[in-house]
Amino acid sequence: MGNLNFRPLWRYQDAIIEGIVTTLWLTVIATLAGLVIGTICALVLRKGPKPVRYLIYTYIEIIRNTPPIIQIFIVFFVFPGFGVRLDPFPAASIALSLYFGAYASEIIRSGLDSIPRSQVEAGHCLGLSGPQVFFHVVLAPALRNIYPSITSQFVLVLLGTSIASQISTEELFHTAGFIDSRTFRSFEVYALVALIYVLLVTAFRLLFALIGKLAFRWPTRR
Amino acid sequence: MALVEIRNVQKSFGALKVLHDVSLSIEEGEIVTIIGRSGSGKSTLLRCINALEEIDGGEILIEGQKVYGKMPNLKELRQRVGIVFQSFNLFPHLKVERNITLAPTLTGRASKKDARELALSCLAKVGLEEKVDSYPEQLSGGQQQRVAIARCLAMSPHLMLFDEVTSALDPELVGEVLKVMEDMARQGMTMVLVTHEMGFARDVATKIVFMHQGRVWEEGPPSELFANPKTPELRAFIGSTRQT
Ligand SMILES: Nc1ncnc2c1ncn2[C@@H]1O[C@H](COP(=O)(O)OP(=O)(O)OP(=O)(O)O)[C@@H](O)[C@H]1O
Ligand SMILES: [Mg+2]
Repeated sequence: MGNLNFRPLWRYQDAIIEGIVTTLWLTVIATLAGLVIGTICALVLRKGPKPVRYLIYTYIEIIRNTPPIIQIFIVFFVFPGFGVRLDPFPAASIALSLYFGAYASEIIRSGLDSIPRSQVEAGHCLGLSGPQVFFHVVLAPALRNIYPSITSQFVLVLLGTSIASQISTEELFHTAGFIDSRTFRSFEVYALVALIYVLLVTAFRLLFALIGKLAFRWPTRR
Repeated sequence: MALVEIRNVQKSFGALKVLHDVSLSIEEGEIVTIIGRSGSGKSTLLRCINALEEIDGGEILIEGQKVYGKMPNLKELRQRVGIVFQSFNLFPHLKVERNITLAPTLTGRASKKDARELALSCLAKVGLEEKVDSYPEQLSGGQQQRVAIARCLAMSPHLMLFDEVTSALDPELVGEVLKVMEDMARQGMTMVLVTHEMGFARDVATKIVFMHQGRVWEEGPPSELFANPKTPELRAFIGSTRQT
C-alpha cells in the first residue's frame, strides 16, 4: 500500500456521478413504490378477503426468506421466460420495490396495530367517517411509531441497490467494477466508493432526523 | 316521547350474556346515574346507546331514530351524542384547540375561521381557556378529562354519556371534573353516567338505575332508592360502597 494513487480515478468522475444518480434513483423508486405496496398490503391484511390475504402472506414470506440477489435474478432472468423482458434498470427497480414492499407492509401493519382501538372509537364517537378517522386520528401517530424502522429500512435499500450491479445496472457499485477493470487500482476505487456510500447514508440519516424533529413535535409519555 | 328509549335490549359476547332484557327511558334534561357491581353490564349498556356495540335483541331509539340494525345516519346520530371515557382518549398529536375543533370542522359544523373561538368558548365551560395551545400530554389527568368533555360540547350534543370518567384520576383531581359535570347538569344537559361516586349520584342525579347481572334491578329517584332499597342486592351494594 506504499503507493496509494487516486489520480487515475479522476478522469472517471462523470461515470461516478452517473453511478450515484442511478443508485439514488433506484433507492427512491424502490422506496416510493415499496411504500405504496406496503400500505396496500397492510390495509388488505387487516380487512381484505381471505384468499387475497394468503396471497400477500406468501409474497411477504418469500421475500423475507430469500436473498435479495436471487429476487433480482428471478425478475431479470426468469421473467423473460414468461414473456416479460426487462432492461436491467427496470428489472432492478421492480425487484427492489418488491423487496422493500414486503418489509414495509410488516412495518406499516405494526404501525396501524400500535394505535389503540380507543383512539379509533373516540374518532367514530365524534361522528367522523372511517377515512376521516384514518387520516386525522390514526395516521400521524402511526407514522411516528414506524418512522425509525422505515428510515433504517430505507438505508438498507440504499445499500442493497449495489446488488443491482449483478444484472449490470450501471449504479455506483457497477461503476466501481468498471473503473477497477480500467485502472487496476482496486483499493483506491473501492475505498472511494465505500466513502461515497458512507456519505450518502450519513446525509440521509441527518435529513431524516431533521424531518422527524419537524414533523413529530407533540410530546409523548416518557 | 322520551329522548332515549331502551326496550328489552339483549346483548351477548359469544356465550356470555351481558344484557338481559334491559329497558329504560330517559327524558330530556334527566340526569341518569347507572350504578352496580363490576361486570354488571353498565359500560356495555352505554356503548350500545352509542352503537359502539351492536345489540342482539330489543331496540334503542334516540329522538325516535333507531340505534340498531342498518343505520344510514349513524354519523349524524353520533354527532348528537357525546361520550366521555375513563381513559380520556384525547388525540395526542393534536393541540387542545384542534382536539376540540377537529370534528366540528370536518363535519361542516364550524368553519376553520371560527374554530379557535369555538375551542375557547368550549374550554371556558370547563375552565381551561389557558390550555388551548397545549398538547394533551402536557396536561394533568383532570385537565385532560375536562378537555375531553369540552371536545364533546363542541358538537352541541343533545345527550352526553359518561363512563366512569373520574375512575382513572388521582383523588385530588376528581372534584374538578365532577364540578364541570354538575355545571352541565344545571344547564339542562341530558346525561347518562356510570359512576362509583355515590355522593355525586345522590346530589345531582334525577334518576338512579341499579344494574345487577345484566338487568335493571331497581330504578328511581336517588332519595327513594338510597333510603329504601327494595332488593337485598341493592342494599348489599349500598352497604359495600359506604365502607369505601
Ligand atoms: N368486548 C367484549 N368481549 C367480551 N366480553 C366483554 C366485552 N366487553 C365486556 N365484556 C364482558 O361483559 C361483562 C360486562 O362488562 P361491562 O364492561 O359492561 O361491565 P361494567 O358493569 O361496566 O363493569 P365495571 O364496573 O368493571 O366497568 C363483563 O363480564 C365483561 O367481561
Ligand atoms: Mg365499565
